[in-house]
Amino acid sequence: MASKHTLSREEAPPQWPLPPRHRPQLADHKPETLTAYLATAPLGDVDIADPLWWETDTHWTFFKRLRDEAPIHFTSLNSERHRGYWSVTRWADIMAVDTNHQVFSSDAHLGGITLFDMDSDFIMPMFIAMDQPKHDVQRKAVNPIVSGANLAAFESLIRERTEAVLDGLPRGEVFDWVDRVSIELTSRMLATLFDFPQEHRRKLTYWSDIATADPEVPGNLQKEERQAVLLGMLQEFMGLWNARVNDPEPKGDLISMLAHNPATRDMPPMEFMGNLVLLIVGGNDTTRNSITGGLKFLNDNPAEYAKLRANHALIEPMVSEIIRYQTPLAHMRRTALEDSILGGQHIRKGDKVIMWYVSGNRDERAIDSPDAFIIDRVRPRQHMAFGFGIHRCVGNRLAELQLKILWEEIMKRFDNIEVVAEPERVPSAFVKGYKSLMVRIPA
Amino acid sequence: MASITYVEFNGTPHKVEVPDGISLMEGALQNGVPGIDGDCGGNAACATCHVYVDADWAGKTGSRSEQEEAMLDLASDVRPASRLACQIFASGDVDGLVLHMPETQH
Repeated sequence: MASKHTLSREEAPPQWPLPPRHRPQLADHKPETLTAYLATAPLGDVDIADPLWWETDTHWTFFKRLRDEAPIHFTSLNSERHRGYWSVTRWADIMAVDTNHQVFSSDAHLGGITLFDMDSDFIMPMFIAMDQPKHDVQRKAVNPIVSGANLAAFESLIRERTEAVLDGLPRGEVFDWVDRVSIELTSRMLATLFDFPQEHRRKLTYWSDIATADPEVPGNLQKEERQAVLLGMLQEFMGLWNARVNDPEPKGDLISMLAHNPATRDMPPMEFMGNLVLLIVGGNDTTRNSITGGLKFLNDNPAEYAKLRANHALIEPMVSEIIRYQTPLAHMRRTALEDSILGGQHIRKGDKVIMWYVSGNRDERAIDSPDAFIIDRVRPRQHMAFGFGIHRCVGNRLAELQLKILWEEIMKRFDNIEVVAEPERVPSAFVKGYKSLMVRIPA
Repeated sequence: MASITYVEFNGTPHKVEVPDGISLMEGALQNGVPGIDGDCGGNAACATCHVYVDADWAGKTGSRSEQEEAMLDLASDVRPASRLACQIFASGDVDGLVLHMPETQH
């Protein structure tokens, strides 16, 4: 039996290209086939980090089994690629890890906050991938942009843009909701937060996708190409930084805030890049995929769509339910700084610990009927899609505001938006999202 | 049972009875008091039940735990009187307590 601990970097040095991945030998990769396999496969034979399970949306069966049979479970299959990792799948255990930042580190130099280690030759420190005390001072530098007063100031701008985007949608013809609505709204918002030229806003979407893309998935950029793109992003943002750093007073955008705050103004370039990646991914991928997911869930649950049409006051609880049901970031990863016992398992210093929010948000022990999409839950805000503890999402209120305004404006205009095909999903165990969702608004 | 008065940022008071042993975050949610969210369910892990404890009561409500301190450190408009309501529990000691709320929860 394989040892249940994460291999050290010496035991499993980084390799590029990565060694071949072990996958089950199956007749085909249809969702039914994959789901049937996951229902009975030995738990040790499954590497749920494989993009296959995410592109096909078939991971659910495996997580249900882990919650019931092995809530703290070690995966050594493919450890020559990822060094081996613990999966934490129940709500209460995830909460225990997320609130114990003294033992479970986010440090980029230990690998960071995603299952796959940050490239050791291209480490991008960012405050989500830092421990205290540096995390706190850098996070506080950007916190004011999502203060209550700032959000109130953003509201009319978000509404105007949402109105314009929705009014421009075609009637009676099929179009891609991801491109026309989800990306359009989130890239405009992100360009505003950075005071980045609006005409180039799709660059932000591009960089966000590059930063999180698995370099092995066919069609994605290779490692060196990816690093080159991110360095290009850095250069472009350095131009904005230089133009703003000598302003007598900081302006209200994120670049200006970072350039003027004593905690961040002397950041090395890679750290500036890291924080850019954090803010771009955090402000982009997540809301984008919740915008898409919400429309899909309402189409899949016509009774809930009818409830919404009858009572627009349900938009607010529905927004939280959409975020829970989507869980746009499937996991966050920690690295153990010391030995500890978690759910009866011995976690060793150096072990990778994956908190599967996507599973915690479907844990029957914490949420009633967790697999059902219910827009009027009694406690809709109790979900873990934003994470808990000191690394909890800093932009959660802005995300909720964007979704709330979107659905208010949709309900004013369209009685129905039909999803006409299954979505194309992102092949990633980190960003749980959609590449496209084809829809039609009846003429 | 403790009688607790939650005062919204706009000054609106809500006086409710909270059974002994129940957290003051739960007390607010169960009685529909607006302005307290309690997203994490009472683990001092989200800072969405941030309140200000009137100075007269500070001796009765205890002190912040390490986890509570870490979360409050990242919240908005934190003051010496700041606490997370999920870390204060109803009892005879806090009967009559008045809590004020910040403008927004994080």
